[in-house]
Amino acid sequence: MRDVRLLTAPFIPGTLIGPFTNAHPGLGGVCTFVGEVRGKVRGGADVRALELSYYEPLTLPSMEQLADEAITRFDLMGMLMVHRVGKMHPGEPIVCVSAAAKHRRGAIDAVDFAMDHLKSAAWFWKREQRDDGWHWIEPRADDYVNLARWNTPTQR
Amino acid sequence: MGVRIVFLGPLRDLAAKDESEVPAPLDWAGLLEAVGPEVAAQLREERVNVACAGKVLADKTALNAQDGDEVALLPPVSGG
Repeated sequence: MRDVRLLTAPFIPGTLIGPFTNAHPGLGGVCTFVGEVRGKVRGGADVRALELSYYEPLTLPSMEQLADEAITRFDLMGMLMVHRVGKMHPGEPIVCVSAAAKHRRGAIDAVDFAMDHLKSAAWFWKREQRDDGWHWIEPRADDYVNLARWNTPTQR
Repeated sequence: MGVRIVFLGPLRDLAAKDESEVPAPLDWAGLLEAVGPEVAAQLREERVNVACAGKVLADKTALNAQDGDEVALLPPVSGG
């Protein structure tokens, strides 16, 4: 199954991963990544809040396309891809990607692939609220290097 | 009805608004003029994309928005 969602309220990844796993009898492995809002930036400043904005006509359709690509490329039985939007606070989950496959390697690689694309090639814009105000966040050079490993078109 | 221009991410701050309405049709030159010099300078950069009617344009300078279309200005993204 392909389960791709944008959520505007906090979520508990376990409540999604359990049913997702149960929906794939006969699977060989499930790999899950959960990203959370960090409490500090790299320089050490506190993060009060994070806000993710998106563009309705593009964001969800492009995530669905990304999940389909992952399912085909890594021969998955299913993929769960859930992304928060709106304002969130440190410790809250921001993204959850889970892949179910017959074999370990496909599941692990599919999650890595999906996360690299969500970080720097999906239609989200992220800003961080620190003590001195809001700061827009752009992907780091590392993020683009990670993305380039997969040899996919960066915009969809 | 016209064309609706939507400013996303940091371009929203730069434009100091979420969106604006301009008369149709709207081409690349018209867009640059409609958004003001600061946003226009960003739009000329390769890393900023433009979508029209829900599709990202392969060549944004070929923009040809018709009555009722929405044109979205898409700066570099950051998710996860």
